Amino acid sequence: MGDAAISTRKLVREFGDFTAVDGVDLDVERGEIYGFLGPNGAGKSTTVRMLCTLLAPTRGRASVAGFDVGTQPNDIRLRIGVALQDAALDPKQTGRELLRLQGLLYGLPKKAMAKRVEELGELIDLTDALDRPIGTYSGGMRRRLDLVAALVHNPEILFLDEPTTGLDPVSRTSVWAEVRRLNDELGMTIFLTTQYLEEADELCDRVGIIDRGRIQAEGSPDELKRAVGADVIIARVDGDAAHLCALVEALDVVQSVEAHGNELVITTDNGSAAISPVAVALNGCDVSVRDLTLRTPTLDDVFLELTGSHIERDETKGPHR
Amino acid sequence: MTITRTTVTDVVASTDTADALRARPAGFVHDVSAIAGRALRAVPRDIEGVAPAVFIAVFFFVVNIATLSKLTKAAGPGFDYKAFQMPTAILLGVTGVSRAPALVLDIQDGYFDRLLMTPVRRLAILLGHMVADVTVAMALTVPVLALGFAIGVRFETGVLGVVVFVLMAALWSLAFSGFGYAIALKTGNPAAVNSTFLLFFPFLFLTSSYVPRSQLSGWLHTVAGLNPVTYLLEGLRSLVAQGWEWGALGKAALAIAVLGALSMSLCFAALRGRIRRG
Repeated sequence: MGDAAISTRKLVREFGDFTAVDGVDLDVERGEIYGFLGPNGAGKSTTVRMLCTLLAPTRGRASVAGFDVGTQPNDIRLRIGVALQDAALDPKQTGRELLRLQGLLYGLPKKAMAKRVEELGELIDLTDALDRPIGTYSGGMRRRLDLVAALVHNPEILFLDEPTTGLDPVSRTSVWAEVRRLNDELGMTIFLTTQYLEEADELCDRVGIIDRGRIQAEGSPDELKRAVGADVIIARVDGDAAHLCALVEALDVVQSVEAHGNELVITTDNGSAAISPVAVALNGCDVSVRDLTLRTPTLDDVFLELTGSHIERDETKGPHR
Repeated sequence: MTITRTTVTDVVASTDTADALRARPAGFVHDVSAIAGRALRAVPRDIEGVAPAVFIAVFFFVVNIATLSKLTKAAGPGFDYKAFQMPTAILLGVTGVSRAPALVLDIQDGYFDRLLMTPVRRLAILLGHMVADVTVAMALTVPVLALGFAIGVRFETGVLGVVVFVLMAALWSLAFSGFGYAIALKTGNPAAVNSTFLLFFPFLFLTSSYVPRSQLSGWLHTVAGLNPVTYLLEGLRSLVAQGWEWGALGKAALAIAVLGALSMSLCFAALRGRIRRG
């Protein structure tokens, strides 16, 4: 599977009759930030758990850092850092104890660890709290500790499973900045899952869109958006919009039209030239147009076109899948 | 995240520590020791998990002696019921005391997953907890032994006998704790783990806990003969009251080994199952 940082071929994971991951093929290059974008239950976390050696694939192959997940899991564990969706911490240990133990389990010398723990505590602004039990930390503090615990041993590849879910906007922006720095300055490969479109757009060199266990599309955010069209016109009408598709599609300036409930999603190469004919065409029908919006495509448009539904943002903690 | 003085990359890229911070396999003994260290640090923070065991052991030691010592004088001249009861009290204290409930919390908190994603050997995670259990079990024997010495119990086998006595009690505790770990790993349910002690009740009461086996009659005598706790108690009692009785000690060791083999088989199968299920 070449020299890729992460590579999978026809990766499948079944739970009884349910197929959570259904033939995923991936190639993540070294030094890349790769985003796995999909709604809750799409199979993102299950894929990450297989790549992190927590879960054996039902079928297919996967390699991480050049090692096979099935036969060389320990070689992989030495080279990856992981922050899972829910902060994986022991509330009765102190932050210092957790980081020290983490270092010991990665074989780091005790002498180097003392300095390391201080540096990491300073990094996440937890120096004063490091000797307190983790159970007394706020949600944000736990999240920050979880993230640096993944970095104690200076991994080659960092897996971040929904790293900013539940964080406030300021903390989210800071995490994005650090992810970029890790990648830019250290060349660390980063595989992150997210259900935030702007996160994938902002951070990722390439994005894989996953739904119902399958990769629906893959490419850079710009490539994916270009595939939808140069511009998108959204028309919201009263009532069902499906019967309007043929009418709008007949216009020369329109590339494609899809109806989703009361919404028409119209893609076009030239939005400013197309919006007037679209408005005129809709005005001629017995339908009330509530609003008409012209914008450039987003990853949500890509997702909508591929799957027929929007990505649902669920801030609550769902089951691992 | 408030970045104040430094950044992740500053820390990770720090040239003087970069080599020292390269991950490497730490070795099995090192892994076990690191996990055991963490488990032992947690004991004073989970004192509610240990204090009842000490209380139960001391309580039954005192009450049983007060209730039955006069009645058991008929067992023969020189029969010391205090010495007879001490092993029973200690088994009550050390049986079922383990870090299995803490392991369930690790599973629920996701910390078990964090451990599994490190290069630590899976067996070391379990053995580390068990090393801590043996240490705690040995410590738990101290209050009962101290009380026993205070009321006049003496070991015929001397100081070495005390050491063997404590070791056997701790190994029994370890053998029994395998059931708790098996349930913890299989179910991830704290209530199920806490009920493990109930398994011990038939073992403890269908045996010579309160009177010598010779005083048991009918079906209970037969059942006691099949109960490994009987042989463990007789081995421990021999150290206190009779001296180095190798036959009794051998049977006690065999009882621990048989129960341990059973519980550890279940425990390691449950560990393999949990890892497979992810």
